[in-house]
Amino acid sequence: MKFLRWSLPLAIFLVVLGFLFVGLFRDPREVPSPLIGKPAPTFALSQLHEPARTLTTADMRGQVWLLNVWASWCVSCRVEHPLLVDLARANIVPVIGLAYKDKRDDGLEWLKANGDPYRLSIVDQDGRVGIDFGVYGVPETFVIDKAGIIRYKQIGPLTADALKQTILPLVRELQRS
Amino acid sequence: MNVALAALFALLVAASAAADEALDTRLKALENELRCLVCQNQTLADSNAPLAEDLRREVRELATGGKSDDEIRAYLVARYGDFVLYKPPVKSTTYVLWFAPFLLLVSGAAAWWVLVRRRARVRANAESPPSDAAARALLDD
Repeated sequence: MKFLRWSLPLAIFLVVLGFLFVGLFRDPREVPSPLIGKPAPTFALSQLHEPARTLTTADMRGQVWLLNVWASWCVSCRVEHPLLVDLARANIVPVIGLAYKDKRDDGLEWLKANGDPYRLSIVDQDGRVGIDFGVYGVPETFVIDKAGIIRYKQIGPLTADALKQTILPLVRELQRS
Repeated sequence: MNVALAALFALLVAASAAADEALDTRLKALENELRCLVCQNQTLADSNAPLAEDLRREVRELATGGKSDDEIRAYLVARYGDFVLYKPPVKSTTYVLWFAPFLLLVSGAAAWWVLVRRRARVRANAESPPSDAAARALLDD
């Protein structure tokens, strides 16, 4: 009983301390997506460069691809953009760009100024496809496998570390299977 | 004839206005328990973020399309996860969240009860005068 008197409060205190300590290093802005492991939402969106043509989810079947959600009004998209340009040059995986709630002209101009790393670009003017993908802040990047299943979601700008340590190994693994 | 038509028209307008108002209050209630993902401490009803506007539009369209509140909640949870709900659902991953406070309350009450009982016993022992027999036994030693 004597032992319990000091050890029990100490144990409770340590548990609370542990929770708070872990909480210090978690980003509340990163909301885990319920879409991981689920089929990518179907869409049919007009292409940025050729408005008359569309791209659908089914068109990408059979290959591993990245969907990069960006916008010309998005500041942190400028931060990740050089990484995407490098990735396109390395020609490892096709990247589809989704211009989220963007005007066609603004998007085209932005790509002209900053380089166009995308295999294809599509425009989601009213943001509905963005909602289907659970987008809540640009940029976001999805890794989608050959069967059209979402395998990973990067929230916020891509980083060299995230690419090298998480995304590219995952892409290679998915390409082999 | 004209009067009858005018009356009918007025009735229709009033009916649709009432329906609009009912829908508005229903949407308001629903939006007040949904979280805006951009400014996370605001509800969908309060937020001015562009995404919140889009989601309000989406919720309104679903509602006018005949979807129930639960179906609309499910639609948003499928896209954004349980985090969009200000009231988290009770399921295996949230048992600690829901039940730990009650567990703490009950164990605290139990600890308090044990302490009070023990203190009462100590005080009762202290107050009862030692018996003569016990005193004699001590003296005899």
